[in-house]
Amino acid sequence: MLEARGISVRFGGHMALSDVSIDAPAGQVTGLIGPNGAGKTTLFNAITGLLTPSAGTVHIDGRDVTRLKLHRRARHGLARTFQQLELFTMLTVRENIRVAADIHHRWSPEPGDPGVLTEEIIDRVGLAAVAGERVTALPTGQGRLVELGRALACRPRILLLDEPASGQDETETERFGRLLVEVASSGTAVLLVEHDMSLVMEVCSNVHVLDLGQILAVGPPAEVQRNPVVLDAYLGTDTGGAP
Amino acid sequence: MEKFLIFTVVGLTLSATYAVIASGLVLTYATTGIFNFSQGAIGMVAAFAYWQLRFDWGWPTPIALVVSLGLLAPAIGLAIDRGIMRGLRGTSEATRLVVSISLMVALIALANLVWEPGRSRPMSTFFEGSRVDLGITTITYHQAITIVVAVLIAAGLRFLLHNTRIGVSMRANVDDDALVLLNGAQPKRIAGISWAVGGFLAGVGGILIAPTLSLEAGSLSLLIINAYAAAIFGRLRSLPLTFVGAIVIGLTEGYLAGYLPGDNQYFAAFRPAATVVILFVALLLVPNPRLRSRAHLREYFPPPSRSGMVMLAVVVVVAGVVLATTLDTVSLITYGPVFSLGIVALSLVPLVGFAGQISLAQLSFAGIGALAVAHHGHDGSPLGLVLAVVLAAAVGTVVALPVMRLTGIYLALATAAFAVALDRWLFNLPDFSVGPVHVRLFGLGSVSVDPLRILGHEFDSPAALLMLSAVVFAAVSLLVAALRWSRFGRQLVAMRDSEAACATFGLNLMWPRVGVFALSAGIAGLGGALYAMQLGSVAPARFDLLNGLPIFILVVVGGAGLVGSALFAGGILYGVLPLTATLGPVIAKINSLFPGFTGVGLGRNPSGAVPVFSAAAGPLRNDPVVLASMGVAMAVCYVLRLAEVFGNWAFVVLLGVALVAAMVVARRRSSSGAQGPGQGAGAGPDPEDLEWVGVTEPFTPAHLARMEQVLDLQSVDLEGAELDPVGGRDA
Ligand SMILES: Nc1ncnc2c1ncn2[C@@H]1O[C@H](COP(=O)(O)OP(=O)(O)O)[C@@H](O)[C@H]1O
Ligand SMILES: [Mg+2]
Repeated sequence: MLEARGISVRFGGHMALSDVSIDAPAGQVTGLIGPNGAGKTTLFNAITGLLTPSAGTVHIDGRDVTRLKLHRRARHGLARTFQQLELFTMLTVRENIRVAADIHHRWSPEPGDPGVLTEEIIDRVGLAAVAGERVTALPTGQGRLVELGRALACRPRILLLDEPASGQDETETERFGRLLVEVASSGTAVLLVEHDMSLVMEVCSNVHVLDLGQILAVGPPAEVQRNPVVLDAYLGTDTGGAP
Repeated sequence: MEKFLIFTVVGLTLSATYAVIASGLVLTYATTGIFNFSQGAIGMVAAFAYWQLRFDWGWPTPIALVVSLGLLAPAIGLAIDRGIMRGLRGTSEATRLVVSISLMVALIALANLVWEPGRSRPMSTFFEGSRVDLGITTITYHQAITIVVAVLIAAGLRFLLHNTRIGVSMRANVDDDALVLLNGAQPKRIAGISWAVGGFLAGVGGILIAPTLSLEAGSLSLLIINAYAAAIFGRLRSLPLTFVGAIVIGLTEGYLAGYLPGDNQYFAAFRPAATVVILFVALLLVPNPRLRSRAHLREYFPPPSRSGMVMLAVVVVVAGVVLATTLDTVSLITYGPVFSLGIVALSLVPLVGFAGQISLAQLSFAGIGALAVAHHGHDGSPLGLVLAVVLAAAVGTVVALPVMRLTGIYLALATAAFAVALDRWLFNLPDFSVGPVHVRLFGLGSVSVDPLRILGHEFDSPAALLMLSAVVFAAVSLLVAALRWSRFGRQLVAMRDSEAACATFGLNLMWPRVGVFALSAGIAGLGGALYAMQLGSVAPARFDLLNGLPIFILVVVGGAGLVGSALFAGGILYGVLPLTATLGPVIAKINSLFPGFTGVGLGRNPSGAVPVFSAAAGPLRNDPVVLASMGVAMAVCYVLRLAEVFGNWAFVVLLGVALVAAMVVARRRSSSGAQGPGQGAGAGPDPEDLEWVGVTEPFTPAHLARMEQVLDLQSVDLEGAELDPVGGRDA
């Protein structure tokens, strides 16, 4: 399980996050919603170690990883996808996932065959038909699946997904939701940033609402959706509001 | 005390010049994200122009200044922005850097063309001979002017950046046009203005410093190294810190000039390298840059195909044999470096092409290889070659470890600093000992190198050495290709796009970075060792920074991620250019412009020239009949040449005719043939067509699998059958 406590991030004079705490328990999908610019991606960056927060701690399964570098945190089971895709453009879908599987193979205490793992994941995320294509040939929606596949290839205990369904159509999103639930039910803590409220309602056990760098509300999706403070924050700032 | 003050003034004058040049550098970098290597060269051109107008043609000083500083220098800056830099959006840092390095090389070549080097061009300082008495010491007018100008420029820049609208949006800067647009500014105008101002500042610096040095294109352009060092203090962004850096560097140089004991060989050589050492140390203090992410590069380099690599290796070996058997001794020496320095070019393929890292010090590593083989390859002992690789790789690792957390431009600067430190300082030292380690260098001159001897066979003629280097080139090409197919190669290519993503999978980026750097240095060392054997006796000047730049440029121009680009670079630099230069002095002059100008054109086609050539030759390779006929025709020419029926020129022309004719015929046949190959490689089961996948369409493992099946090739197992899970499945 993931516990981030009191995270603050400052960009120059601008407080992108102030004293944000968030929990993502194992075996559940936890939602993180908020209008654009709320600081969701920044929070992911702080949790994974891509940027150093000015305050706050991060614990993974009770262990303090705040002082660890990016790759060390990853080895504690933290994996993520990027809102702005970070695909390896010279490589195919299969090779993209294989790179992650190979790296995981190197540090994992219980490595499997990375080739086999790669094929498993390709089937699991539904990319078999395009596995041989160069990733730049794919539409964004499928690019996000490649990112998910790469993250899964690290067999994460905590999985951070940054708007993974944007760019996917309705049937793809539905499939994706089922996949998420399945990943979570195998014991992974999933933290999901998503604008598609119906997906959030469907898969999340708990939702955190972030606005202007602060947590506005926490609770089960249905409750959060009725919360007047949340409605207020969303009105006029973002169209991806409640259905 | 008097001495101290005098050298303080000397130092401050240098500081002022460096500050002016460096502030232009910082301005363009902060506003456009392009690090202008040619900043010093622009100043150099302005200085030459000023000399021409003021001293050669005798124009009045103010007019000469207005034309060279007010018009020419900003115009060069603007032209660079309009003509060249705008085309570079979305290209890798290596590409952008190559363009600006090429620009420097091109401007030097151009200046050498217009103002023939070697002639004395006296240039007096401003108000020569007049001095100002400051009470405690006196200072020349020129020194006073230089310092005052720097102060005025500092004030002017501050005003521009803080008190004008355009300046404020220039400060907003950066990699993000969208952000600047939000502020209502026009990025294109900002870029244009900062390039013009940058050019002007370069010109001011050049004109102020040239009279106190000599008017020489190369050394004036390399003043830029001192300016970089200053700019690094400001992390390439802060102008005040850049001025601080300039003061530190200028004063250091001034005091070293005054106080370093001139009679000690070790110290005397240190002075010109001091700045570089400061630069290196300053780089160590740079905070960790952000990890490379979201590269979205326009360049694409498909992995080499197996059949293509086999063909490349065969062509190289055959070319080596043909050259070795047809050329006379003089020509063998002229064209000898095609393959040996070609190997140095090859060393850049994994580093620059796969990993996207930059090293400007490959020729220095080659120099280390040369030293190793000179001192440990006595009587042709193969140990010399082995040590050349090992020592170069070891030095590469030592250089890389402290700076490997840096990337891109910082790494490029660190390697340039290392190269300059070697060729200005270390390579010119007498032998010395550090504890138990005895370091033997060039012995203040040149060292002789024995040719290789393997199992009693001595490669003691230029012909034998040329063949040897061709064979080694072919072998190293295969090694580099195998690297690209391996797990490690895939990982390097992945890091090139997103180090951030790789790190989130748990990869410690340090080791692959250092690993590929060391590997690349080792390959360069091997090339340098072979080159040294060909020369028989080597001096450090062969391995200096400026000599290495064309290799770097041409590899990137060829397409840095493609093994063929090394052959392209070696072939053009040490084959085609010297060959055509024998046609006449005019062509020789034009040739001198070639590396710089082709590099400048890179922005138009960042994936390089090799794919263009390959595509042009595509139909030929798809047509076994024509290909075979061409081979036979060439073989006949070769036999006739060996029988002395005609000379080398006729031979070259005939080979060219055979190649062009074959390409034309193949093209005809492919476009008229009912089932011409080249149409829809994805659909037809045409085996040859697969060779051009990657040029004609993106390369996929499906193609690889088909290729293996069609060509019935067995896996070349280098890293435990890496390819199978990737390629074998969906065949
Ligand atoms: N590298 C950065 N430098 C400066 N400001 C940033 C940077 N990254 C994000 N921000 C700012 O921080 C705020 C939060 O951004 P982000 O985390 O991307 O929001 P979200 O993901 O919720 O849309 C925004 O105001 C954004 O402009
Ligand atoms: Mg975001």
